[in-house]
Amino acid sequence: MSFLRIENVAKHFGSLIAVDGVSMSVEKGECRAVIGPNGAGKTTFFNLITGMLDLTSGRVLLEDQDLAGIKPAERVRMGMARTFQITEIFPDLTVRENIRIPVEIAAGLHLAPRVPTARRAELRARIDQLMEEGGLTRIAGRYAGELSHGDQRACEIMMALALNPRLLLLDEPTAGMGDDETHAIARLIRRIHRDQALTIVLIEHDMRVVFNLADKITVLAEGRPLAEGTPAEITANEKVQAAYLGGAA
Amino acid sequence: MSGFDLRKQVPNVVVWLLLLTMPLWMNAVGGYTQLGTQVVVMGLAAMSLNFLLGYTGVLSFGHAAYFGLGAYGVGMTIRYLVPSTGIGMLVGTGVGALAAAIIGPMIVRLRGVYFAMVTIAFAQVFYFVAFRWNHVTGGDDGLTNWTREPINFGFATLHIEQDPVTFYYFVLAIFAVAVAVMALLLQSPFGRTLIAIRENERRTRFLGINVNFHIWASWLISCTFMALSGTLYALLNNFVDPRALYWTQSGVFVIMCVLGGMRSFWGPLVGAAIYVVLQDYLSSATPNWMSFIGLVFVVAVLFFPRGVLGIFRRKSVE
Repeated sequence: MSFLRIENVAKHFGSLIAVDGVSMSVEKGECRAVIGPNGAGKTTFFNLITGMLDLTSGRVLLEDQDLAGIKPAERVRMGMARTFQITEIFPDLTVRENIRIPVEIAAGLHLAPRVPTARRAELRARIDQLMEEGGLTRIAGRYAGELSHGDQRACEIMMALALNPRLLLLDEPTAGMGDDETHAIARLIRRIHRDQALTIVLIEHDMRVVFNLADKITVLAEGRPLAEGTPAEITANEKVQAAYLGGAA
Repeated sequence: MSGFDLRKQVPNVVVWLLLLTMPLWMNAVGGYTQLGTQVVVMGLAAMSLNFLLGYTGVLSFGHAAYFGLGAYGVGMTIRYLVPSTGIGMLVGTGVGALAAAIIGPMIVRLRGVYFAMVTIAFAQVFYFVAFRWNHVTGGDDGLTNWTREPINFGFATLHIEQDPVTFYYFVLAIFAVAVAVMALLLQSPFGRTLIAIRENERRTRFLGINVNFHIWASWLISCTFMALSGTLYALLNNFVDPRALYWTQSGVFVIMCVLGGMRSFWGPLVGAAIYVVLQDYLSSATPNWMSFIGLVFVVAVLFFPRGVLGIFRRKSVE
């Protein structure tokens, strides 16, 4: 049994076929990268997994449970957390409040009129721990909207982790970042993957990051699966070189 | 995290000192007690709207419906059913809450201007009912022939029907309870999910929150306190007419929030004070008072885009 199994999914927008018959199996604890040239359907593929878009055909299964008809928010509650290509945070709140909200949601308090006194210390410790892991402690009091791109992304990843997910989906975590920021985010993802044995699926353009982090790589091109394998196999694959790496790698 | 911060309490202390001492200085600055009562009533209405507008990020342009339902609820109860202020207020608030609870699920899927338009449409339905149903509501002439009744607590009777100062403190006590409940809710984990929706709806959904349900809950809380303030408004005037339900009244509440500052807890109260006092002063000086209020509004929005209290925005900590 695979942890996340995607069977032959397709998404058509009218006559445009964005994703066409993609299958993928991700094992528990695996870090899987999904790569492909622009317009390959990677983000659409992600949106099919998280339920933001409805499938035209195919199935998505999490631990053998078919997710058809399950809304995005419910999938999150089942343990599927995600980040977005364009960082989605709470810009007018401080970093600490950004982290505090998902911590309280994970504690089941999203409808609570107050935090039970007995749980205050535990929640505070959890917030502190997440900020420490994400390297956010030094900027805890800053408004999230004022931060650098890299810090905002770290904040978003820690918000997703605050939910104690079983599966973390990262849509281009280093998009638009400089080298230093890219390194920092890649280090953060590797640490999360290693320390918590978290299952991660990520879309990424930066090949150094992909070959550095991924256990296995799935290559999409024009909405179709092109290849799948370890980083070494993908590098050696001639079809991938021709279609995607342009022979340059 | 440093526990009790005295500086954060300064606005609360100033607001409560001014409100509690109002009857002592109101006449000296050229006002009168009923004007102060009106500020508190409209302040509660604007703060109720702001629970939804400023803290959940959802613009309703039809809140006058619930204000008016509260007002007609208390007036009609006293006139037709029982001469009891307490029961009338319960009925008025209850009717407003019930209407909001039923209408809510039909509109919470909408966003932005679509939500605002549909709230206007629902509010206009209530307006036309009050306007047309002459023999029950009094139609355009309003609901008359009733007055607020003294409140009997068993061991003592509160004579709110005569002395304006007694009635002022009665209104202020209700205001205090309502505002305290809203403040506690906003500082709760539930309140933070509402602020999260305002900040970024998509992020909030992908933290596992059922966003539409939370907007419905915020809408219901907001409309319930709106109806409560409507009951006080009717009791203040011993009268209610369909204009309390009209869409321009909804607009006035939005103006109060924007004027005072939607991101600040007391902002709408300040906005209501400015609006009510200006209206009182200008309408006795000129029949064109609305244009002057409009002018003040334009100037305020130009110079205080976050409202009058928006200048006290919290600093980011380096």
